[in-house]
Amino acid sequence: MEIREIENEIIEEFELFGDDWEQKYEHLIDLGRSLPLIAEQYKTESNIIQGCQSRVWLNARYQDGKLVFTADSDAIITKGMVALMIRLLSYQTPEAIIKAPLEFINKIGLKEHLSPTRANGLVSMIKRMKQEAVQHLAK
Amino acid sequence: MEMKTVDSNIHLDVEAIRLNFPILTKKVNGQTLVYFDNGATVQKPIAVIDAINDYYSHYNANIHRGVHTLSREATELFEQARQTVAAHFRVVNPQQCIFTAGTTDGINMIAQGLAKSILKPGDEILLTAYEHHSNILPWQLWAHENGGVLKVIPLLSNHSLDIDSISTLITAKTKVIAVTQVSNTLGLITPLEPLLKLAKQHGIITVIDGAQAAPHLPVDLTALNPDFFVCSAHKMYGPTGIGLLYMREQWLKTLPMAKTGGGTIKTVSFEKTEYAEGALRFEPGTPHIAGAVGFAAALKFMNAVGVSNIYQHETELVNEAQHQLLQLPEVEIYGQSEHKAGVISFNLKNAHPFDVGTLLDKYGIAVRTGHHCTQPLMQLLGIQGTVRASFAVYNTKAEVHHFIEKLKRVIHLLA
Ligand SMILES: Cc1ncc(COP(=O)(O)O)c(C=O)c1O
Repeated sequence: MEIREIENEIIEEFELFGDDWEQKYEHLIDLGRSLPLIAEQYKTESNIIQGCQSRVWLNARYQDGKLVFTADSDAIITKGMVALMIRLLSYQTPEAIIKAPLEFINKIGLKEHLSPTRANGLVSMIKRMKQEAVQHLAK
Repeated sequence: MEMKTVDSNIHLDVEAIRLNFPILTKKVNGQTLVYFDNGATVQKPIAVIDAINDYYSHYNANIHRGVHTLSREATELFEQARQTVAAHFRVVNPQQCIFTAGTTDGINMIAQGLAKSILKPGDEILLTAYEHHSNILPWQLWAHENGGVLKVIPLLSNHSLDIDSISTLITAKTKVIAVTQVSNTLGLITPLEPLLKLAKQHGIITVIDGAQAAPHLPVDLTALNPDFFVCSAHKMYGPTGIGLLYMREQWLKTLPMAKTGGGTIKTVSFEKTEYAEGALRFEPGTPHIAGAVGFAAALKFMNAVGVSNIYQHETELVNEAQHQLLQLPEVEIYGQSEHKAGVISFNLKNAHPFDVGTLLDKYGIAVRTGHHCTQPLMQLLGIQGTVRASFAVYNTKAEVHHFIEKLKRVIHLLA
């Protein structure tokens, strides 16, 4: 699926909850739990993205012209957000990843998690994902 | 949310006190703010906001240097503020009360001053295992640059300080004991009397980090008589950017200055400077005059309520919160005690403090999560961080109950 289609799918999924933030977060937490864990061998120092409070691990590999990401976080809400980003950007081409606008985060009302002051490592994770894509194009 | 208060063995009208704090009516995420992050900084009463406003509106001028009326008035306000601070902490000579930018600034001034005079390579400094980074790093900097040694007073299994171990840690090389009077993470109160007595017997310099004690407890510096004591106004209902550095009288003349410049002198030539005496020697540049005025207004507010009343009220809140938290099997409390100064730290088993804090915020409840600038303590406890609820005089039992109800929801959401 293209990134735009996945974005629309996620937006629809979250629209079900309307203004009920508890349900929205329950869903986010469920998404976090469903995230396939990163293999222990990839939970290395170099794969760690240090937020001030919660930590994120991200591993990238290149397969058939696409980037594949696996990731984990020690905080479940952060992990839910990580799961959304993986669903969106994993198995996409580097070009598509670089161009991805990520505006859907606004639309599902979770923008606060991508604030640079949030200290959860997510902003750095997205930056790292885009960097991986840029590096693969440069190769 | 029902905000009616049933607090009070003491005659504190918390509802009336709350009216002094405009920010408490603010809505956060559509909910009435419950502010339990007072350990980080406390909200400001109208009296403080007005004092600062009034100063800038009617008195603003630079001090200690003008003959004109405004400058004299501003100087008077600034020096009156110093007297108010001195009286609050029972200091006889106000010159012993130096205005700083805050606790961190004060500790740096002490550490650098001692590094230039007393401390020698191989000397030892005693800290506690629950120090704030601000009372570790200035000493560590000296230790790394000069071959000094930091020694740590350990904690007992209940997380209180192992006071008995101190006599075994003291050696002929121990020059300074620098301890926090209250742990900002655990809320535990350091038993200062035995510690200061031991230090005195061994001729060791004592530095008290009062950042978390001064907001909650009466502090009598004449009775305690440490060498140095520091605190921050912003944790005591006052403005940010101003704090107190108290020093025993002898240090006023002998402690080398960490920084210098205009305002600290009697006469200057390019060859030589004769320094002013007293507090001014340590206050180079234009000080935070409005801050000092606001600090004094904050202390007047605290004294109008009564510091002992504040302590008693906050202790009731801590004990109520602790009692309720203990009913929840998912909760683990750190530093559990009946004698804490306004702070309670805990975790939900199997949940990251970040998740707990994020969800509580959605309910309008502001707590702090993380390491609270006490990473060595976190390493000791083997955890990444905690959730910390810390109280001020305007918090109510109704808020504590609301917090517990919402925490139960959080437990449910994270289950
Ligand atoms: C025990 C303790 N020491 C020092 C500090 C640092 O205070 P400030 O940031 O006002 O300099 C704090 C504040 O968090 C504290 O709690």
